[in-house]
Amino acid sequence: MDTTQTAEAPPPSPPQPPADLDQGVQQRPVLRVGDRLFLAFSGGSGILLLVVMAAIAGFLTYRAVNAISQDHGNFLTTFEWNTGVTPPVFGIAVLAFGTIVSSIIAMAIAVPVSIGIALFITHYAHRRVASPLAYLVDLLAAVPSIVYGLWGALFLVPHMNGLDLWLDKYFGWTYIFDQSAPGSAARSLFTVSILLAIMIIPIITNVSREVFRQVPRMHEEAALALGATRWEVIRLSVLPFARSGIISASMLGLGRALGETMAVATVLSSSSVLSLHLLDPQGGTFAQNIAAHFGEATDFGRDALIAGGLVLFVITLIVNGAARLIIARRKEYSGASA
Amino acid sequence: MKLLRKNGLRATALGALAVSSALVLTACGSDDNSSGSGSSSASASSAGGSSPAAAAGSIDCGKGSGNLLASGSTAQQNAMDQWVKDFTAACKNIQINYKGIGSGAGVQQFVQGQTAFAGSDSPLKPEEIASSKKVCSGGQGIDLPMVGGPIALVYNVPGVDNLTLDASTTAKIFNSKITKWNDPAIAKLNPGAKLPATAIQPFHRSDESGTTDNFTKYLIAAAKSDWPYSGGKAWQAKGGQSAQGSANVASQVKQTAGSIGYAELSYATSGQLPTVQLNTGASAPVKVSSEAASKAIADAKVVGTGGDLALSLNYTTKADGAWPITLVTSEIVCDKGNKAATLDATKSFLNYMASADAQQKLTAQGYAPLPDAIAGQVRTAIGSLS
Repeated sequence: MDTTQTAEAPPPSPPQPPADLDQGVQQRPVLRVGDRLFLAFSGGSGILLLVVMAAIAGFLTYRAVNAISQDHGNFLTTFEWNTGVTPPVFGIAVLAFGTIVSSIIAMAIAVPVSIGIALFITHYAHRRVASPLAYLVDLLAAVPSIVYGLWGALFLVPHMNGLDLWLDKYFGWTYIFDQSAPGSAARSLFTVSILLAIMIIPIITNVSREVFRQVPRMHEEAALALGATRWEVIRLSVLPFARSGIISASMLGLGRALGETMAVATVLSSSSVLSLHLLDPQGGTFAQNIAAHFGEATDFGRDALIAGGLVLFVITLIVNGAARLIIARRKEYSGASA
Repeated sequence: MKLLRKNGLRATALGALAVSSALVLTACGSDDNSSGSGSSSASASSAGGSSPAAAAGSIDCGKGSGNLLASGSTAQQNAMDQWVKDFTAACKNIQINYKGIGSGAGVQQFVQGQTAFAGSDSPLKPEEIASSKKVCSGGQGIDLPMVGGPIALVYNVPGVDNLTLDASTTAKIFNSKITKWNDPAIAKLNPGAKLPATAIQPFHRSDESGTTDNFTKYLIAAAKSDWPYSGGKAWQAKGGQSAQGSANVASQVKQTAGSIGYAELSYATSGQLPTVQLNTGASAPVKVSSEAASKAIADAKVVGTGGDLALSLNYTTKADGAWPITLVTSEIVCDKGNKAATLDATKSFLNYMASADAQQKLTAQGYAPLPDAIAGQVRTAIGSLS
């Protein structure tokens, strides 16, 4: 901030009677009811958030422990989810794999595209194009996930067949793009990833756009003055300044991708098969599994689903923690601390 | 951060208009198969209208009044919506609210005393009867069969308009043991049909469902050697594709060439999907229909004890024209100790459901009316509720 001079100058001017300055300063915190109310309100909100988080964690753990203690399979490595039989056998291996893989692919697609859109809106597009485009992206974020799910199941799936066959033919050697039964309906983790990418693009775009707008004009103009091209300006001044903002934006998007329920449940052909063949209709995610089993679950089945929810909760905490660490470490290099 | 700009509102409104109209248009264009199929979640608002004037004369409102809460099976949701509409039109001082939340959750709410009755696709289990004794003071929960539902096998094989299967080939197809449409086992049952050499994509339900339970019960009863699983609401076989809910199974089968799936008859009818005929050992292959399902239910035995009328279907029936893959959904109430406030209203509504008039309305929605003998037993049981 280059406003340090003005920021330190004002103190002498505001209090009107200079004689009672000391008294006024001492009384002010006592007199202002609004200040105390606001302090109590904001502090209370912070504490409330902690209480809610603790309550969720406590509830999940309590119910999960009950279920896991009766599990006759290894909770972490079992593939199938069978809580209705005696003895119950269920595990999260397929779900954890599906959740993480689909989110990673979705991020790989969505982050570059979102940064591209955000840069286009803030640095390339004409104002007349930029603002409608920005609002359109905003609106994408407001589409309910069940609508994305219906669109995915009824439009995207049939139209993915061609791409799947092409990938199978030319990239089948990579193993992950090999289809076991070429031509099977494209209700796979790969299709789900594409759908998730579309769903998280608006979130990442919006936050990145705001961050790009915060880049000090002086930085950009200095780079231009040194003879940098527009791309070099973005590479040397915009992206480094916005790096931590982009990471936070991506984490917001990742959070939605990890927890997405209805869209995945509508599109994915779930099964208890763990396979790296991403184009095969199989797999599952935590949230999808809960949606699929909740309606008909017994008390015990519900506890088992809650155990799955707990794992998702923990994964989300770990991911967010890791993101915080990255941001904290990157801060010193980025322009944000200047 | 300056997130909002002043002219934002207007532009947002314009954009919202553009996007929402685009969404509405696309929905109209691609969605008619599933929106018209009466999916359980949407049916509350869309049901009704098929029979504008209820035969009010046959409805006995009794002394009951007030608000009846019920929940459970989504399989009977469409029937329930129609009945609730007709019944409450005649009996103005009774309101009925049936939520299709799944049989398991419905029974759960009933044994916790939250609802007057529950709808369920499968009979009460012993432990559920035990816990029902807490809310039924001096009595227990009983099953009253109310709605029959034929489960159709829908398929999508270009060039094949008539397809006949038997229990064994059906089991092998859904267990991924038969993987091509021109498999000799299928060809033998369909002499003269031009079966393509394409792969079979069997679709099952990804969520737990009474439909899956009844379909696999049929496979276990009629093709034990080809279906080595124990059955239940969750699908157990490996392979094949899965979709959530009957509506999604039907719409996926419709858009996937080479596929086969199972769903209630109403989804096949509204999606205009061809249905498989079953070679049950009867004189001719059986086509799925409401009447065919009623014939199979007539072959069922009451296995419940006391006032409980839980049915056991004869899945291996060879009766002419009887469709064996049928599900019977029941209402669950207390035989004694129903809540005094809702007892009268519950009895008069249940009586209406079991009446010949109400049962006859089921056919139009793809359900199967109860055979007279069983409906009579149900009415007797309702009369003795207290």
